[in-house]
Amino acid sequence: MTDSTASLTYVRAQMLPQSAPPVREAGLFKWVRENLFSSWLNILLTGLSIYVLYLVVWAIFPWLYNAVWRAGSLTECREVLAVRGVPSEVGGACFAVIGDRWLQFIFGFYPPDMYWRPVLAFVLFFVALAPVLFASVPRRLLAFSAVYPFLAIWLIWGGAFWTPLLMMAGFVAGYLGFVAGSRLGGAILGVIGAVVLAMVWWMWVSPTVSNALNRMVGSGRIEQSSVELTALAEQLGPNLTAIEADLAAKDAEIAAVVVEKDAAVADVTAERQRRAEALAAAEAAEEPAPGFDEPLLAGKVAAAEALFDRLAQLRAEANVLAVARFQTQDQITETRTLLAAITALPDLETDLPIMQARARDLQAALPAHVADFATVDAAAAVANQEQAALRTVIEAETAAAAAAVGDQATLMSAAQALRDALPATVAEFATLEEAIAAATKDQAELRTALTAVTEAAAAEKTIGTTYAELGRVGLKPVDSSEIGGFLLAVIIGISGITLSLPLGILLALGRRSNLFIINKVSVGFIEIIRGVPLIVWLFTAQLLLNYFLPKGTNFDLMLRVIIMVTLFSSAYIAEVIRGGLAAVPKGQIEAADAMGLDYWQAMRLIVLPQALKISIPGIVNSFIGLFKDTTLVTFIGMYDPIGLVGTTRASTDWNGVYWELYIFIGLLFFLFCFSMGRYSLFLERKLRRENR
Amino acid sequence: MTVLTDPPKPSFRLSQLLYDTRYRSLTIQVVALALFVALIAFLVVNVIQNLHQIGKDIDFGFLWVRSGYDINQMLIAYDSSMSHGRAALVGICNTLLVAVMGCVTATLIGVVAGVLRLSKNKIVAFLMSVYVEGFRNVPLVLWILLVYAVLTEGTPQPRDFVEGGTASMWFFDTVAVTNRGVFVPLPGMGPGFWGLCLVLAVSIVGIFIFRANARKRQQETGQILPVFWVSLALLIIPVMVCYLMMANTWVGLYLAVANLISLAILIFAFRKVRELLGGGALAVFGGLLVALALAWFWAQILAPALGASLGIAESIAAGWSPPVVFSMPVLGGFNFDGGLQVRNSLIALWLALSLYTGAFIAEGVRAGILAISKGQSEAAFALGLRPGRTMSLVILPQALRVIIPPLISQYLNLTKNSSLAIAVSYMDVRATLGGITINQTGRELEGILLLGAFYLIVSILISVGMNAYNRSKILKER
Repeated sequence: MTDSTASLTYVRAQMLPQSAPPVREAGLFKWVRENLFSSWLNILLTGLSIYVLYLVVWAIFPWLYNAVWRAGSLTECREVLAVRGVPSEVGGACFAVIGDRWLQFIFGFYPPDMYWRPVLAFVLFFVALAPVLFASVPRRLLAFSAVYPFLAIWLIWGGAFWTPLLMMAGFVAGYLGFVAGSRLGGAILGVIGAVVLAMVWWMWVSPTVSNALNRMVGSGRIEQSSVELTALAEQLGPNLTAIEADLAAKDAEIAAVVVEKDAAVADVTAERQRRAEALAAAEAAEEPAPGFDEPLLAGKVAAAEALFDRLAQLRAEANVLAVARFQTQDQITETRTLLAAITALPDLETDLPIMQARARDLQAALPAHVADFATVDAAAAVANQEQAALRTVIEAETAAAAAAVGDQATLMSAAQALRDALPATVAEFATLEEAIAAATKDQAELRTALTAVTEAAAAEKTIGTTYAELGRVGLKPVDSSEIGGFLLAVIIGISGITLSLPLGILLALGRRSNLFIINKVSVGFIEIIRGVPLIVWLFTAQLLLNYFLPKGTNFDLMLRVIIMVTLFSSAYIAEVIRGGLAAVPKGQIEAADAMGLDYWQAMRLIVLPQALKISIPGIVNSFIGLFKDTTLVTFIGMYDPIGLVGTTRASTDWNGVYWELYIFIGLLFFLFCFSMGRYSLFLERKLRRENR
Repeated sequence: MTVLTDPPKPSFRLSQLLYDTRYRSLTIQVVALALFVALIAFLVVNVIQNLHQIGKDIDFGFLWVRSGYDINQMLIAYDSSMSHGRAALVGICNTLLVAVMGCVTATLIGVVAGVLRLSKNKIVAFLMSVYVEGFRNVPLVLWILLVYAVLTEGTPQPRDFVEGGTASMWFFDTVAVTNRGVFVPLPGMGPGFWGLCLVLAVSIVGIFIFRANARKRQQETGQILPVFWVSLALLIIPVMVCYLMMANTWVGLYLAVANLISLAILIFAFRKVRELLGGGALAVFGGLLVALALAWFWAQILAPALGASLGIAESIAAGWSPPVVFSMPVLGGFNFDGGLQVRNSLIALWLALSLYTGAFIAEGVRAGILAISKGQSEAAFALGLRPGRTMSLVILPQALRVIIPPLISQYLNLTKNSSLAIAVSYMDVRATLGGITINQTGRELEGILLLGAFYLIVSILISVGMNAYNRSKILKER
């Protein structure tokens, strides 16, 4: 213990090198331990989720992995799976149905040669949207945004090129009305003037102008058109024959390939059967399994699959031809109808004034009390009733007169009571018969007059449509009932949200207004709309809207649906915007007041820009909701994607398919809505940063 | 001398109606009212004219006319000889049934999914995100149809349930899931049923009294009583004991004691072992294992032996009349007899509505929890509260204020969305009053008016009730 002091005072001169952390505390192990297995609840959850994932993947993955993408029908799908040797309890998806039908799911029954129109409208939508969303886009493009709705309507539904222009002119008329009204007496008169003038324009002026234009162009074209149409009709016949011949050839080819394919399938099946039997025999004899020529089977399978591919391609070609045939037939009918209409046009035009005059005369000749069937029928019914009552009385009296002396008094008094009960006007049969005859005559006269009116109107309409057809400078019209699939959903969704935005802003302002009546009307409207499910509103549109409109107005189901959807979503948008308005500090309005701005100026320049900015995410969310809700139109007989599932399954080829279709539709909706939702989140974050 | 002249009398000029802000609001309102009245009059006149034109009138008398159609799922007695009004009532009950069931399950699913989506456990959080985004971004109709397809195509037919068949019943042969619906035991009244109800009612009152006392005690002394476990025990034990004893006094007594003992073994063994092993996940599993083993030993070996020596089996054979009698589904021929058939349409609608709305509620719950500043939980931890209590005493009460308003609108949405029953032909009020009745009587105006009124009233009732609840939870500010 001599040098103990030296060893006791040891001081480390350098730092120890950092040692590696324990395995438990570093890297993946630590992460897994802390995040997945930190407590018993967590362990349980991890185990459970892994189990759920395993179940889902196990249930779905093989089915997806075995998917068949090219086949002509569900039966062929199953044949392909059998050829590949997929066990039937595993099965495989038959996505071939989507390859076969996806155009229909996108466009519905829109004429295939005009697909470019909705596509163009859809692309232009983004051009129109750009200046609204991004400040960096030139402001001049806003003019295009304003024109776009009319352009889109024209592109999708077709018609003469002046139709959208006339529609737009209605807004100009409204603006002029506003200016004139406000000159006369302030904003209130201005608004009234705008509404009145615009309504007058759309209801009376615009149809008249449109008809006149049709007639002007049409009458100049009659000669030329009839020549052209005759030539076309002559040319279309051979065209159709050629197409039909092609189609027959294609069908024959398909039939040949089908025979070939059946043979190949039978070959593969036989080979598999043989192997299974050999295996079973080997097992029974307890011998080792025999070796098979695997490339041979693979070659056979490949040959069969190639035939299926060829068949799918041939079918697609045949489909194109079938569509062409259908269109040519359609065109032939149309041409013939139009030719007939042109031929009949001069006669019809000469007859029309006569028919109209006759209808007018007949109507004028009607007695004053004959107004409509209800009153006339009621009169006839009353006369008939009275006649029956009188008959009862007379029968009772006759019976009394013929009765025995003892009963006579009671019977007489009963008959007397009956006669007393008769109205004073009913005295004898002669007058009653006259009344009945008069009523019947009234009925007949009324019927004649009404028939004459209907005929005249029909003739006028025929002339109008013929001229419209002849004089149309523009796109071929497409009927609303031909629009379906995602196109329908997008049209209803986009028009619903754009139209409901201004209405929603007005409603939100109304709900925050101090004016009692305006406030209560807005609150009532919003709450009633929001309290009732959309499907009930859609049924209202389908069944009841015609009751609420003047007699004879009849516009198509799609327009009715768009109106209802607009009203519906405007109530929701109003609530979103009300939230935005509530978030604008009161000082802003007070400052605007202090600056001397009037209500609309304050709203337009100060409050709404701030409120709308806050509400954009909410508006996007209601758009997503609306877009999803468009699927409900399937219940009122429109062909949205879900409605088309029914049509697809009703065909013999695809009877029994549904998971694949649901997955396809769900995926498309998901892509659309999810990306919109992400965009709304992004906006929310961006706006929040600006507010900070 | 000064001459006082009167100030010029403010005479009212007509132009003031337009330019004077005092009067202008009046003008605007009068104009608005006039326009509104004109619009209403326009609509009403049109309706009257159009109805007159086709020879109809407005008449609600059809509600008392014999309906003549059958409804396949009903809560109240109904057959086709009853009136359209009764059919509408059946539909209303069905709508309310699916709405209430949906609200309950959607809330459960939503709260669980919302909390789990914030979990540190990435796998769970990922699964919940997939669930929420998947359901939120695909139309509800599609989900209803998909669930319905799964139920009708993915489940066995009733005839597969025969002996040696491919399918078997669940839960000890009491529940059969088939492609015609789910068959479950149907409880019916036995002797002493109302007595059992009384016991249940008393237990529930007892729970409330206990909770109030526990709260008072915590306020006064700071001691925390195990409220949840005691409430659970109060709810289950008296009813269980009474049920068994009413069925047969002595056998019931034996069964009740035996069950209580196994429960006690389970709890005490678990706690003791966990204490011995010193906490942590391993201790929990060890405790569970030992407790289950002991309870199993008691319930399967000791108690039956004891019962055999007491002659329990003979006593049960002698007389066993429970106060609640279950009618069990039994396979007869090609379908099940007895029990209660819950149709696939109801289950599909209910599941799809709950899952769909649950996804939205989950988002609300998540937002509510995220809205509470992190300082709150840090402060709670600093005070020494455990994570569970932090959640239940600090975070959730505050988050609830954020969660409730969107929750109300989700309940409203669910109720309105129940009208999508049309996708699976579930007989809700839209299908009876707004569907078959309208088609049979041609009274579409009246039918849809009543239908709309019903939904409106339900919506208003829900929002009034939930807003009252919201007011009771809102931060009381001076």
